[in-house]
Amino acid sequence: MSEQILFKVTVDGITIEVPAGTTILQAARQIGGQVAPPAMCYYSKLKGSGGKCRTCLVEVSKGSEKDPRPMPKLVASCRTTVMDGMEVKNITSEKVVDARAGVVEFLLLNHPLDCPICDQAGECHLQDLSFDHGKSKTRFEFQKRTFKKHDLGKNIQLHMTRCILCYRCVFTADQLTNKRVHGILDRGDHAEIATHIEKSLDNEFIGNVIDVCPVGALTDKTFRFKNRVWFLKPMDAHRDCPTCSGRVTLWNRGDEVYRVTARKDEWGEIEDTPDGQPGWICNTCRFDKKDASDWVIEGPRAISRASVISQGHYAGNVGTTKPTETFLAVNGGRAPHLLMDIHDESEVNKPNIHLGQIHGPSHGDTFENKIEKA
Amino acid sequence: MQALTNKAQAVNRKPMTLLERLYLINIIKGMLITFSHMFKKQPTIRYPEEKREFSPVFRGLHVLNRDEEGRERCTACGLCAVACPAEAITMEAAERVEGEESLYREEKYAAKYEINMLRCIFCGLCEDACPKDAIYLSETFAPANYTRKGFIYGKTDLLIPNPLTEAGAFAEAKGVEA
Repeated sequence: MSEQILFKVTVDGITIEVPAGTTILQAARQIGGQVAPPAMCYYSKLKGSGGKCRTCLVEVSKGSEKDPRPMPKLVASCRTTVMDGMEVKNITSEKVVDARAGVVEFLLLNHPLDCPICDQAGECHLQDLSFDHGKSKTRFEFQKRTFKKHDLGKNIQLHMTRCILCYRCVFTADQLTNKRVHGILDRGDHAEIATHIEKSLDNEFIGNVIDVCPVGALTDKTFRFKNRVWFLKPMDAHRDCPTCSGRVTLWNRGDEVYRVTARKDEWGEIEDTPDGQPGWICNTCRFDKKDASDWVIEGPRAISRASVISQGHYAGNVGTTKPTETFLAVNGGRAPHLLMDIHDESEVNKPNIHLGQIHGPSHGDTFENKIEKA
Repeated sequence: MQALTNKAQAVNRKPMTLLERLYLINIIKGMLITFSHMFKKQPTIRYPEEKREFSPVFRGLHVLNRDEEGRERCTACGLCAVACPAEAITMEAAERVEGEESLYREEKYAAKYEINMLRCIFCGLCEDACPKDAIYLSETFAPANYTRKGFIYGKTDLLIPNPLTEAGAFAEAKGVEA
């Protein structure tokens, strides 16, 4: 390419110059904050994604400098490229706010709203979207769709009822693995994510479908029901992995690794590694390395203050250093007469039960047997 | 020094008169007050035998609720624990296996659920946060105990009796509202 042509585009009154061919969504994301439309199906790291969920609809109030007529309908900002002098209204447009509320209502029609059970709760894009744009009441009076349960293997749990059919996992399998075995079967109300005749997903990079899933339809079976994400400590860590970048976020409880995910940026997408490639991680890193000794911990991960995950995580290195027992120092070197060790009485967080070590969810008998550290 | 306000008053240091020094009038005044109380209604409640009525919004000891079929409602979603300002609630979740459908309402349940009553401030935020109607604050006190250990309430202490198998105990636990 000879010289990069820069287009001037105004989103919600903020002007920015972006290269020709940039989508409105990407331009708005460069401005950042509330100006960026939400996206459920578009994923910048996956080619061909977007245009399905309609949550990123924006109003184009001025087409371009040369043709200043507004676009007749709201456009999907993830698929529409900018023109020079384009003016876009996102949250400043009443039409957009109204349309987005409608889209959320449609997305939630068949969504079971089982957030109390769902492992994605707390980091779910549909939760955020319905919190920001949804209505508190439903007008839907019919049975929600249900599906026959499919088993996708020992690592990935599929909850088809929660799926919003964004196709992100399909693109992931197409672009990261050499052979895709799952896809969308049937159409209309019956459309579902499945493998044709009960195959399990076992490509080395297929675990990334968990990270790209905007809802809780595809979740990590090794983390299933272990804990809620907001009680875990996210830590940046890396390991020398022969197949992937090995740059991950560990979700710890104490020193135990409960879950491993890729690092996600502020848009919920996988962060780039320093060499500019998306930091997809392999299944070995994600599902099999659940020992703190497997990882080199870099430090606590910065979490947005708006996220529930930031509760209990204070600034700096709080939580990374163990508190020291100060009783003897303040009591003139005398030990206390009575000291209750909470583990003597409490049944929760028993020091001899290591939930991070078991593959799959715990059951009633898990807590009776001791799970020794591997 | 100039006074800041006009409220200062000079102390009266006049010596008391003979009548005042006898204190008789004041003693009689005081006795009259004591005597008049004999005819007033007694506010004392003789506690263990008599019990004061609780306000309907009283927030006491927690109960883990069951549904009509006797299944535990709690799914260990952790919203009570995250809402708890005293960080008194902890839990561990487990997956329901086949054959446990009559015990637990949802796919996931709280295998362990604990409230540290020493930490609890009985604010009722857990009750507000619960999406499954699973935790309620009852009209009971946490009973006194000699050791701290007795204040760690587990699931056996918190769960309401099963309405199907222990109907009598369930009705008693429900109290007036049942």
